[in-house]
Amino acid sequence: MRRMVESLAPYGFGALALGGWQGAVWALHVPAYVMPGPADIVAAYIDAHAVLDAGLVATLAVTGAALLAATLLGLVLALLMAASPLFRAAIQPWAVIIQVTPVVALAPFIIIWVNQPFACLVICAVIVAFFPILSNTAAGLAATPPDLLDLFRLNGASRWQILFQLSLPYALPDFLTGLRISGTLALVGAVVAEFVAGSGGFASGLAWQIIEASYRLEIPRMFAALVMLGVTGIAIYAALGLLERLLLAKRNRA
Amino acid sequence: MFTLETLAKRYDTGVLALDGVSADIAPGEFVALLGPSGCGKSTLLRLLAGLEAPSGGRVAWDGHTGAPGPGEIGFVFQDATLMPWASAAENVYLPLKLRHVTRKLAAPKIAAALAQVGLSAFADTRPKGLSGGMKMRVSIARALVSEPILLLMDEPFAALDEFTRHKLQDDLLALWARTGKTIVFVTHSIYEAAYLANRILVMSPRPGRIAADLRASLPMGPHRRASGDYVALVERITGCFREIMPA
Ligand SMILES: Nc1ncnc2c1ncn2[C@@H]1O[C@H](COP(=O)(O)OP(=O)(O)OP(=O)(O)O)[C@@H](O)[C@H]1O
Ligand SMILES: [Mg+2]
Repeated sequence: MRRMVESLAPYGFGALALGGWQGAVWALHVPAYVMPGPADIVAAYIDAHAVLDAGLVATLAVTGAALLAATLLGLVLALLMAASPLFRAAIQPWAVIIQVTPVVALAPFIIIWVNQPFACLVICAVIVAFFPILSNTAAGLAATPPDLLDLFRLNGASRWQILFQLSLPYALPDFLTGLRISGTLALVGAVVAEFVAGSGGFASGLAWQIIEASYRLEIPRMFAALVMLGVTGIAIYAALGLLERLLLAKRNRA
Repeated sequence: MFTLETLAKRYDTGVLALDGVSADIAPGEFVALLGPSGCGKSTLLRLLAGLEAPSGGRVAWDGHTGAPGPGEIGFVFQDATLMPWASAAENVYLPLKLRHVTRKLAAPKIAAALAQVGLSAFADTRPKGLSGGMKMRVSIARALVSEPILLLMDEPFAALDEFTRHKLQDDLLALWARTGKTIVFVTHSIYEAAYLANRILVMSPRPGRIAADLRASLPMGPHRRASGDYVALVERITGCFREIMPA
């Protein structure tokens, strides 16, 4: 009973907050172009749902492609770093430098160098998203239990057997944690890139919808796009969390 | 016959862990390597297993040098080191799997190894569902499944509670009596060494040397722990340490 109440609590709070918001907007007669209430936002979505849905699809496409590329890049780099200390020493500082440089500052360069708008956005999002996968997976691979490593060697295991039957399975939880962080970062990266690139010609994603709506002072529509982005972020986080639980379910059972 | 010839080991850090260790280990012996922490017991075990190369001397097998073949050495660590995602049977299967033995061919061997440690009923249980003692049993079964010619154990019972430890000691003794395996068992417990082994190599503090080589033959059976021979042996070993340990 108590657990049920606890699991429902966030929804109850959300409903309360929305109701309070709407009530305040009505009671204080705040005009919608300053602060729209939830009802105005829903109306704005219904009004412009074709454009907004298309924007969502475009942003999701960039996010998905970026997450896929970031996963591959992070995994490959982590494996190479685990295999070769020299490679690790050479790459690690650069990975950190790319990570700490704000993508907003990098994006204009990428827009100049990469002509294809979609690829340009994906590259920006990958730069934001790949690091957690890389660092988590690398840490997981480095933490292979040394005793088991000895056991594998005593039984004549090859490098590949050690990698696929020992190191990678041990690094799986760390990789999945990295993936969950990277998933939301890929969305952040896609949005930032759209903001920077939006005026540069590639105009279709949700972030661009926010910019465009702001030019036209369509505040409720701005909010609608913002809400869609928030929900998308939560959905990505939840989906990757579910994937994590499914993949790790086996080892948590007795 | 395993021969250790004036083995020395200096690590890259400059630590001289072993210096001039010589011994012959005959088939079927249950050898306890006994010594204080840091005297090089684990190092000696790793040299025996071929996991580490000696910096002096050599380890010979029936006269010829060279690393042991895959699966010829069974190794049991202080922690059970089971793979958490695999069942007990899958964990025991590992040494055979690494040598590409099919699961079907391996099945009877896995079953036999699990039966030897009394865990037949837990073949499909994952480590999370096993107690510390049971995990250690699985670890021992895993070491036995490849039918090694030498079983090396590095303080395998040190992390267990006393009741479980006594039970596993008795079971290991029974297993040794039944199979005649050659066992080298590292411990820093005088009582454990005296209770289990029929030969005790007492090691001096760093750099590790063999300070005494004691033979024992205690009566098998329920009164072993209370036998006068056992008490006398503990006394003898304690005497050795009085001589080699600085006061
Ligand atoms: N890989 C290593 N690199 C450098 N020094 C090491 C290494 N392994 C062990 N040593 C050193 O060698 C000495 C012997 O270590 P070893 O682990 O063999 O002792 P031990 O008798 O097994 O001790 P314990 O009872 O604590 O397990 C110690 O001083 C240790 O610090
Ligand atoms: Mg040790």
